[in-house]
Amino acid sequence: MSPPQPILYCRCAYAKVVPADVKDGVLERLACSDVAFDSVADLCEMSAKQDPALERFAKQPGLRIAACYPRAVKWLFSAAGHPLPEGQAEVVNMRTLSADQAAACLIEGAPVPQIDAEGSSEKPPTGDGA
Amino acid sequence: MVSTSQSVQRVILYEGNGSQPVEPQERYATMRALLDRGYSVGAVRPGGRLEDQGHRELVVLGRFGGTPPTIDSHDAEVRLHLRDITGLAPGAVVEIVEGLCDDTGAGAADGWKPWFPVIDFDRCTNCMQCLSFCLFDVYGVSGEGKIQVQNQTNCKTDCPACSRVCPEVAILFPKYKAGPINGDAISDDDLRREAMKVDISSLLGGDIYAMLRDRSEKAKSRFSKERDDDRALKERQRCLKKLKDGMGDLEIPAEVLSSLPSADEIQLKARQAAQRAKEALAKNAANNPAN
Repeated sequence: MSPPQPILYCRCAYAKVVPADVKDGVLERLACSDVAFDSVADLCEMSAKQDPALERFAKQPGLRIAACYPRAVKWLFSAAGHPLPEGQAEVVNMRTLSADQAAACLIEGAPVPQIDAEGSSEKPPTGDGA
Repeated sequence: MVSTSQSVQRVILYEGNGSQPVEPQERYATMRALLDRGYSVGAVRPGGRLEDQGHRELVVLGRFGGTPPTIDSHDAEVRLHLRDITGLAPGAVVEIVEGLCDDTGAGAADGWKPWFPVIDFDRCTNCMQCLSFCLFDVYGVSGEGKIQVQNQTNCKTDCPACSRVCPEVAILFPKYKAGPINGDAISDDDLRREAMKVDISSLLGGDIYAMLRDRSEKAKSRFSKERDDDRALKERQRCLKKLKDGMGDLEIPAEVLSSLPSADEIQLKARQAAQRAKEALAKNAANNPAN
């Protein structure tokens, strides 16, 4: 049996860019599940303050990050001096996915949708009861 | 000013050995309350153990009753602050954490402003246009001649102007409302739009600073004849409004335009920034003659 994938949830506490129902829904599903996870108030703040926890997160193989756009998350880690290893982390975008979709990616390991250059994405299946 | 690791607090909701499990909805409500107050929260589930978080001060919350948890850490200075939260509502838990933060001097969001640029180095060509453009010294050059964000606290909230003038769409503001500035994928249309903006800027008189200088000179000419402070203020506001209208695509907030330095300072800053960019580019060219 493979070890559980590490999960990092970003609350985006200082802005309203992530829909409240999505970030609440994802947190509730995570907190009410059996999975262990880390949560941070705001990845932007951690990047700006070069929080040492980012290094620990970046080193976790198979990390799934519930946050915003993957390009933003990638360069926030990089700006803090702790770049995410290429291909080792996946970002679940709570700005574009529903709470069910995001939770399915995090808790059930559903594929994280890939966004193409035109901005459209292949949505993952909706998680039931996630 | 960048805070150090010592000033960043981390909270652990501990349900491992020596603590009773927390009800799911209580766990959710407690984590949500702490996160919304700016605290990062790790969850240790039953059977889990405390791990080094890279922080000197760790607040560990749980329903303790057995042997208190310890931590495996190479850093002998890690201090655990264990607090029993049995029967406490989320608000009361937040109060406990805030009290501890006051005691240890390790605060959560200490007035931090969630607005600063992030550079996408997959796209950045190190052209230094952002350095030349920003009037607030947000950008600088690393020892290796690479553009970098050096003074993020100087950045003006809600102003994405440097991102708008970046010819490569390489500057992100993760809290921005729309793509591609917020980090969304970049389409061909976005690239065409960005190229057009640079062209428009050129048509306006070479660059934004030239436009500012022109307006400043016209205003100076008028003010020299009519030294009336109220009139000068109105004129400045009128010029700024025109400038804002002319640069509508840059979406510079009115507050930022109003806080611009004087025309003389703008010219000085523009010269200094251009010089820094020129020197960095020349140094890079000398170090990499093949490019």
